[in-house]
Amino acid sequence: MTETRDLNKPEGSPDVEASGVIPSRRNFLKFGVSGIAAATVSTWIPDSVVAAQLTTEVIDDEGAPGAGERRIQLTVNGQLHKLNVPANAILLDVLRDRLQLTGTKKGCDHGQCGACTLLVNGIAINSCLSIAMQHDGDSITTIEGLSQGDDLHPVQEAFWDHDAYQCGYCTSGQIMSAVALLNDPNIGTDDDSVKEAMSGNICRCGAYKNILAAIQSARGKMGGTV
Amino acid sequence: MRTFDYARAQSPAQAVSSHAASGQPFYLAGGTTLLDLVKLDVMQPDRLVDINHLTLKHIEPLADGRVRIGALVSNTELASHPLIRERYTVLSQAILAGASTQLRNKATTGGNVMQRVRCNYFRDGVSPCNKRQPGSGCAAIGGHNRSVHAVLGTSEHCIATHPSDMCVAMAAIGAQVTVQGPSGVREIAFSDFHMLPGQTPWVEHALQPHELITHVTLDAPLANSRSAYLKLRDRESYQFALASSAVIVVMDGQRITDARIALGGVGTKPWRALEAERALVGQKVDIALFNQVGERAMQGARAYEHNAFKISLGQQVVTRNLRDLTA
Repeated sequence: MTETRDLNKPEGSPDVEASGVIPSRRNFLKFGVSGIAAATVSTWIPDSVVAAQLTTEVIDDEGAPGAGERRIQLTVNGQLHKLNVPANAILLDVLRDRLQLTGTKKGCDHGQCGACTLLVNGIAINSCLSIAMQHDGDSITTIEGLSQGDDLHPVQEAFWDHDAYQCGYCTSGQIMSAVALLNDPNIGTDDDSVKEAMSGNICRCGAYKNILAAIQSARGKMGGTV
Repeated sequence: MRTFDYARAQSPAQAVSSHAASGQPFYLAGGTTLLDLVKLDVMQPDRLVDINHLTLKHIEPLADGRVRIGALVSNTELASHPLIRERYTVLSQAILAGASTQLRNKATTGGNVMQRVRCNYFRDGVSPCNKRQPGSGCAAIGGHNRSVHAVLGTSEHCIATHPSDMCVAMAAIGAQVTVQGPSGVREIAFSDFHMLPGQTPWVEHALQPHELITHVTLDAPLANSRSAYLKLRDRESYQFALASSAVIVVMDGQRITDARIALGGVGTKPWRALEAERALVGQKVDIALFNQVGERAMQGARAYEHNAFKISLGQQVVTRNLRDLTA
């Protein structure tokens, strides 16, 4: 068992306090670029992503973990990252602030809105309610990992075709939940079952009707097997 | 969010002992309650012991007809397991009636048993709340006490409902909670696990310091029974219960020969309605009887300013469930 020590965080660093992550690599000018670069590996069936693809390794931190930190490995969209994180670093914040994968959104930050939904080992979770250390060794698929270059995932394409968003803030979470449910044999294929399975993703613009239509349309395009 | 130490346990014994030197134990399983409340600074751990690597992820039928559930079995896995769907329909339905897909994927059996109340005065971090700050009072009494506040089992010190749906089904089925502590393993009857607020609302369960839930073992299902969970809420999905009922009945023709009834959304703990069950057993299916049973289930209820409707809603959620289940 490894144990982290007290963080001894310097005073007067509100960003660290707020997110639990030191935003040392944050660069707004690169907004979106790193997300595209990271999406070199993708899949239509997320839980096979890692097994099927060769992983490339990225060392995000060269040095040994600092006080209160721990070295973890996260495979994100097929890419292996090795990085040092403090115990209170939330998975969502690590992805956004350290790995620059800002496609996963922070909404309520309390597991109530679903904007931060992503897949861990193929299963949809709220990434705002996980510490990164919990996911040492896990395979994570974010919205950036769905498309293959310029080819959108069928669910992304269906959202586009059906105008299944307005402001777009909840959309990546909606799409990740949709991908998960289309691959889940325990969730019924009828509209009511889809609506129930999607109820953890709140859309304040009210695009629910089009979201449902998009998911059912993607189901058809994905071969009728899901 | 505050900082804390992190330790990863490889065995229940190690999890328990790793707390021995520190203060109040905080075991991290799914984290859907714990990390939410740490972010709000309502729970203030010095250290989290991550138990996710423990081998407590199995659902096993026992020779005596019971089913043993590992504490780390997710809510989704439990609800979708064939043994649970077939033998404990009410439990599968109750779990699926709670939270969202993402939360159920992550939330665990042990964690669901341990989830904290949803009272806003508990969560806001500043209002008087005897659970959060013993002796500070209860802002919910005389405050906004509509949706997540109880009419059964309340005290002048706390009126928050227990929020779990899963636990309501377990209360009806009957279960044993297996816990491991510094002095070994013991079992706690599910009905004794959650405490009424009484004079000490900050004491929420029967766990001793450092004890860790390792399993929940369901009683054998009643032979030839049928069961259902009915949940009434402000919206049809992803909402806590205003009133819910878990009902199990055994019928011989039109006569009810055995029954279990538990309620959610109305009590300060998962609420087993033993008197209501007694009123049902031996009787013939009849809507007038079901109305009486519903009233019996809510006997002793006390309304607060905004939740008086829960008394009749609680009656109806029992009556309707019985009517539909015996139809």
